[in-house]
Amino acid sequence: MDFTQLTAHELLEKLKSQQVTLKAIVDSLYARMQKVEPKVKAYVRGKETGDFSFDSNAGFLKGLPVTVKDNICTEGMLTECCSKILRGFHPPYDATVIKKLKENGAAIFPLKANMDEFAFGSSTENSYFGVTHNPWNLDCVPGGSSGGSAAAVASDEAIWALGSDTGGSIRQPASFCGVVGLKPTYGRVSRFGLIAFASSLDQIGPITKDVRDAAILTGIICGYDPQDSTSVNQSVPDYTKSLTGDIKGLKIGIPKEYFVDGMDLEVKAVIEEAVNKLKTLGATAQQVSLPHTEYAVPVYYIIATAEASSNLARFDGVQYGYRAQTDNLIQMYKLTRAEGFGQEAKRRIVLGTFALSHGYYDAYYLRALKVRTLIKQDFDKVFQDFDCIVTPTSPTSAFKIGERVQDPLKMYLSDIYTISVNLAGIPAISIPCGFTKNGLPVGLQIMAKPYNEEMLFRVAHTFEQNTDWHKLKPKL
Amino acid sequence: MSIDKETIGHVAHLARIELQPNELDKLSGELHAILGFIDKLSNLNVEQVKPASHILPISNVLREDVPHVSLLPEKALENAPGKKGNFFTVPKIIE
Repeated sequence: MDFTQLTAHELLEKLKSQQVTLKAIVDSLYARMQKVEPKVKAYVRGKETGDFSFDSNAGFLKGLPVTVKDNICTEGMLTECCSKILRGFHPPYDATVIKKLKENGAAIFPLKANMDEFAFGSSTENSYFGVTHNPWNLDCVPGGSSGGSAAAVASDEAIWALGSDTGGSIRQPASFCGVVGLKPTYGRVSRFGLIAFASSLDQIGPITKDVRDAAILTGIICGYDPQDSTSVNQSVPDYTKSLTGDIKGLKIGIPKEYFVDGMDLEVKAVIEEAVNKLKTLGATAQQVSLPHTEYAVPVYYIIATAEASSNLARFDGVQYGYRAQTDNLIQMYKLTRAEGFGQEAKRRIVLGTFALSHGYYDAYYLRALKVRTLIKQDFDKVFQDFDCIVTPTSPTSAFKIGERVQDPLKMYLSDIYTISVNLAGIPAISIPCGFTKNGLPVGLQIMAKPYNEEMLFRVAHTFEQNTDWHKLKPKL
Repeated sequence: MSIDKETIGHVAHLARIELQPNELDKLSGELHAILGFIDKLSNLNVEQVKPASHILPISNVLREDVPHVSLLPEKALENAPGKKGNFFTVPKIIE
């Protein structure tokens, strides 16, 4: 029997009542991979299947495997950020999220999920290991940068997965692949062991088949960690308690700046229908304004690249990964980085170094930090009167492979609806809410106040339980 | 603000990336377009605005000053492209 279509919570129920063995689940996962992985290519290093030991007596998660993005450190298991420069890197420790998963009885799936190199991208086309294909249309991108995680979950090659989100890298691929993706509040999840892209924006989060799975996985990975100095010491609620199915009287804000030119009309129609659905379920929706929205992408591409240029300084051929052979130290650094980084990584490092360099710092970096304050204030103001904000996750459905790869600016604009959330530090979720005429999924994004993931789960779950979008599967 | 090739070459050197002439040409065009887009930010008056270096109020996070076990040298060196004893090795820097 094929168990791969089931959600994690359904599988956990079956394991508890002994209707299924863990071995049967893992076997059907591998059988599914044999069939669809050659088309989807969600995983990297496919030949290294590794030993997969599983223990169904292990804790709460009963040995169920979690698929992990290639930028999250797994002790002894290759973690290369899909970059040549980290070739052969076996982390000497587990990321805190991995430790927490293991403590709760999860197994770490022995293959890692594909991604844009160092999470630089919105399409998973910047991976050193090649492109992942969208399960709904193999000619399209799965989104990115957590495209491998999203495609694996959507094609039932994974039960559930972890991704990371710096400017939309969980939510946008979740939207393109028709699955659920959550970026928690900044500081909610420890970044210890996440290979850093932009430290003031990065968060790890779940990519799952339904909202309940997202609530379970978020509950496990959240929590204070002394090893991340930006981790927040706040208690973590039982998120499954938020799945009440009741949104009566909730006030939803619809930001007018998100419904402007450049937005796909089919996406617009699907989103409007979803908002109507929320209204029929008892919420009220009203137009609101986030006036600095148009500045989010430029602010992001200064702050994110500045932080990336600093974070990626550590990849110099000394401590790990690739090293160019030459007898001059400065040349060794320069050639290692020239040969080890892909085009997008080089572009971002140079841009970020420029924004931080003498004579340009005030005009770019400092100005961007100030506009970031304005963007945050926009949200604070709306959340004084509204419980959540609802928008599209992306202005379009999945685009064709190759379509934007030659035009970085156009690629950067793919993240126009997701970036503000990272800049403001707030949590947001993307859930499936419909399809285009061509059969590509559309995602609905819900945003809430800092530390109010419960609101996201409550609204997302209510919508999900009253629609069937999350039950549809791609034909592969 | 625009960016010339000389500046890009200088910045790439600061970032320790060797760029080929064709890469420099390509990057020059791309960065020109990106910076042109970013220049939108100069439309805003931000004189009175405080920069958001941390987005949520956390400051001066310090841990208790108590000894604890950290990564052992042999573990830290496991991935090194070059090592000798408990050290990373690199090409000679002093002639």
